[in-house]
Amino acid sequence: MFEVLQYEFMRNALLAGLLVSIACGIIGSLVVVNRIVFISGGIAHASYGGIGLAFFAGFSPYLGAAMAALISALIMGIVSRGKKHRTDTVIGVIWAVGMSAGIVLIDLTPGYNVDLMSYLFGSILMVPMYSLWAMAGMNLVIFLLIFLFYKDFLAMSFDEEFALAMGVPVGPLYFLLLTMVAITVVMTIQVVGLILVIALLTIPSYLAEKYTTSLKAMMTWALILSIVFTQSGIWLSYYLNLSTGAVIVLVAAVFFCISGLIPKNVLSGQS
Amino acid sequence: MNKKVIEIRDLSFSYNGHTVLENVNLTVSSGDFLAVLGPNGGGKTTLIKILLGILPFTKGKVSVLDRKPGNAAHRIGYVPQNIAISDKFPINVLDVVVMGRLGFLGRFKKYTSSDYSMALQALKQVDMSDYRNHLISNLSGGQRQRVLIARSLACDPEILFLDEPTASIDQPFHSKLYELLFELNQAGKTIVVISHDLSILSIHAKSVACVNTNLYFHDSSEIGPEMLEKVYNCPVELVAHGPVPHRVLKHHN
Repeated sequence: MFEVLQYEFMRNALLAGLLVSIACGIIGSLVVVNRIVFISGGIAHASYGGIGLAFFAGFSPYLGAAMAALISALIMGIVSRGKKHRTDTVIGVIWAVGMSAGIVLIDLTPGYNVDLMSYLFGSILMVPMYSLWAMAGMNLVIFLLIFLFYKDFLAMSFDEEFALAMGVPVGPLYFLLLTMVAITVVMTIQVVGLILVIALLTIPSYLAEKYTTSLKAMMTWALILSIVFTQSGIWLSYYLNLSTGAVIVLVAAVFFCISGLIPKNVLSGQS
Repeated sequence: MNKKVIEIRDLSFSYNGHTVLENVNLTVSSGDFLAVLGPNGGGKTTLIKILLGILPFTKGKVSVLDRKPGNAAHRIGYVPQNIAISDKFPINVLDVVVMGRLGFLGRFKKYTSSDYSMALQALKQVDMSDYRNHLISNLSGGQRQRVLIARSLACDPEILFLDEPTASIDQPFHSKLYELLFELNQAGKTIVVISHDLSILSIHAKSVACVNTNLYFHDSSEIGPEMLEKVYNCPVELVAHGPVPHRVLKHHN
């Protein structure tokens, strides 16, 4: 079973799955409790515009994705903080426009680009070493920010107005959270692709929330579950010769369905 | 007693082009027990949220404890009107109450054991210390409200703002809450409470503010045996279930 580990691509894939799981567990938990799943989906899809621009202008697609993700996160943050009506509609529009811009820009790029699909559905078996270092760096930043502002993020997520009254800088923290979502999305695109990012952000966190009694525990268990899903998904896809990103999501979905059968009280020990 | 803790000068506030508050002036002295009355949509909650620094305002001057709203967080307690707690949010009672210490801590600091012991003390004041390890989502509406009251007390506030604190509370705790507010007021705390419940007036309130876009203030000199009469001069609809049912609609001037 382990002879496959002699291949660098497999070692890198497993390591990438592990690194992405750390970010997805921590940030996914905040995405779920703050109910910004739709915004996160918007950021993921709008980042495709940046990938298109990168191909068209000839620079790194992940740099393009990061730029587009950060810009769309900023716009969606302004729109959703503005308390104007139809916030969800505006997010939906940015979602579609970003994606369309990406497709048109790639149409305009001379020559047919074969690995287009890898950005939509992930390319975990082709993660280079420098990407792993970048992921590790981004994880470190996310971990530090959450460590520093944990109680403030918790207060904001639980009762935003009370947090404001207590002097917590809710506005800046919200934009910081969206920035971290954008970073996480760009990392995760390499593993499961931008269409499936939302599954890794939400399924482990949803499962963890059901059986824990604190945000900290929720983040920890989401991280652990995410590791389980990515690692088992990578092995399964290797042996079954199927697309890795999709198999990871389906493994998560199996756990999601099983959890529907296990009531909340069983594990948290409360009535 | 005479130190001014809240000062509002010519405050106006509108939301989406709709005027909520107009030319509001109010001075609250230290040790006051102010009841804020008025019809739904009259601007009571908006006024409190401005004082707490939750809503930014552009017209007028507001100071709380000689600072701009929101800059005296560690000296202020706040009980919001029935917040919608997600049925799933993973947090226990003590971790909710300790959030009342946020104003003291500022950023980059963790809660210490003394923060937790103050939180526990506050829980005892509302008879909820037995529930400290329960998930907040497993509590009844009345129990949650008590926890939120404990949260506001955890910082030993100089001014306590309560927005309809009796809205979802069970009857036995009702009078206990008023007793608690009375004790806190006796101990020198300033209390500002929004309420539909007139019994709070007859028992404890030292002054009354009627808010219906404009604000009409009735201070302690006006409030004595004839207090209720004064209150009923406000242009608001008041319905009370007491020995005598009231329903009065009169106008100022």
